[in-house]
Amino acid sequence: MSGAFRRAAQDPPWARRLLAGGAILAALLLLALPLAAVFTEALRRGVPAALEALREPDTVAAIWLTLLVAAVTVPVNLFGGLAAAWCIAKFDFPGKRLLTALIDLPFSVSPVIAGLSFVLMFGARGWFGPWLEARDIQIIFAVPGLVLATLFVTFPFVARTVLPLMAEQGRDEEEAAATLGAGGLQTFLLVTLPNVRWALLAGVLLCNARAMGEFGAVSVVSGHIRGETNTVPLHVEILYNEYQFAGAFAVAALLALLGLVTLAAKAVLERAAGRRAGGEA
Amino acid sequence: MSASTRPAGRAAPVRAIPGFPATLAITLLWLGTIVLIPLAALALRPLELGPAGLLASLADERVLAALRLSFGGALLAALLNLPLGLLLAWAVVRLRFPGRGVLDAALDLPFALPTAVAGIALTAVTAPNGWIGAPLEAIFGWKIAFTRAGVVLALMFVGLPFIVRTVEPVLRDMAAEAEEAAATLGATRAQTVMRVVLPGLLPALLTGFALAFARAVGEYGSVIFIAGNLPMLTEIAPLLIVIRLEQFDYAGAAAVGLAMLILSFVVLLAIELLQRRLRRGRR
Repeated sequence: MSGAFRRAAQDPPWARRLLAGGAILAALLLLALPLAAVFTEALRRGVPAALEALREPDTVAAIWLTLLVAAVTVPVNLFGGLAAAWCIAKFDFPGKRLLTALIDLPFSVSPVIAGLSFVLMFGARGWFGPWLEARDIQIIFAVPGLVLATLFVTFPFVARTVLPLMAEQGRDEEEAAATLGAGGLQTFLLVTLPNVRWALLAGVLLCNARAMGEFGAVSVVSGHIRGETNTVPLHVEILYNEYQFAGAFAVAALLALLGLVTLAAKAVLERAAGRRAGGEA
Repeated sequence: MSASTRPAGRAAPVRAIPGFPATLAITLLWLGTIVLIPLAALALRPLELGPAGLLASLADERVLAALRLSFGGALLAALLNLPLGLLLAWAVVRLRFPGRGVLDAALDLPFALPTAVAGIALTAVTAPNGWIGAPLEAIFGWKIAFTRAGVVLALMFVGLPFIVRTVEPVLRDMAAEAEEAAATLGATRAQTVMRVVLPGLLPALLTGFALAFARAVGEYGSVIFIAGNLPMLTEIAPLLIVIRLEQFDYAGAAAVGLAMLILSFVVLLAIELLQRRLRRGRR
């Protein structure tokens, strides 16, 4: 390899060092510094004070509510996402591309607009507002509203991570199973599902992280009733706006830990799958 | 299910796998209930204002300022993220240095960090007493938190991984042969990068730009903490929706939401058309 050739095919060493340095600096400033700020502020008065802030009754109630909302939304979107991925990957039908695009749609809709849509339907002056009020059913400013808004924003995660892999794997194995007399559910559970298990886990993980961390959509439908409709991210806002910075950052640190655990688990899953799982988070 | 019992002898049994009707039904029910019907409410609700009322509701100066900030800020943030995202993708794919694996994992942080946390974190760092805010103000007199610069910074934060993660696989698959061929033909490194590498990455960069823009334009949680939310100055469009809802102006809130959706559709369509022109130009 001649010197001139290498000079044109590769970056010179000084350029490599400059680029690596620039990348590290950018990541430190934009990503590491904010994260470090959360933990520094949270621990400013020591670990016991931070833990104390997490034991406040309103905070505990918020944590339980967030767990409840995630426990409902993740299985629903897991079920729907799997059905959609299977249906799109294993069958041909008119409108398939449109259906795929529609499943991605919630990613390009503002979370606030998602929350707004449910208020327009179920709010006091919404389409079904009077009907619901007459029957004393509350959706907006109550837990069902939080669940619906979270379902909307976490809608595509499972389908998106599983679909490319399912499509890539083709239909041969499923057709073989069908030929051997397997039913639809049997084929799905014993043939398709094991083939996509790592991508599926990654999708569930991301879906859960978003469900627990969602702010905009639930903010619109929550009504911010402490101890009742306040999820953990909304509680961060309340504490912050009341200038209880130590408490706000302690709760925020808890959410940041959730994010870090999710990232680590995703990295482990990607290694387990031996490939980068498709789809964005 | 019944699809598997079709008579034998038909050419290419496309639906040899059973379960199509059931899964399609589940998919449509799921999609319709959670996404399509609510969005239909959003599309129909502003109509009750009538065409004139709808326009009046949107022609409000405060609404226009908020839409300008959300769209201008999202476009600017995505634009600034292009070189930054390219640099980070390049570092992860092409360079070997200590900590590269950590950098790779950290690039997904904005995806995994709840937006409210990102919002107060960025505010803490860039506030006048923050780690970056204090020196910037002392030396240059610059303010980031509670100004439009803060809004753009938050939008850059949430959009960055979209560009990195779209460019990264393309960069990884890009054959070294093309660069080597350019080198064999006597191109300098700068020429190779400008004429071979960058054009090859352009479609991915544009796609990443579109994704980052779409995410940023509707972003709420990370922005409202750092923006300061001054009407006409640092108030984003999603916040205006929240304010109108708090005043029980459902139709007015829906009008802003609908305007946002239509405007971002137009921007995304323009990017898609640009993509098509690029593809045709390369053939």
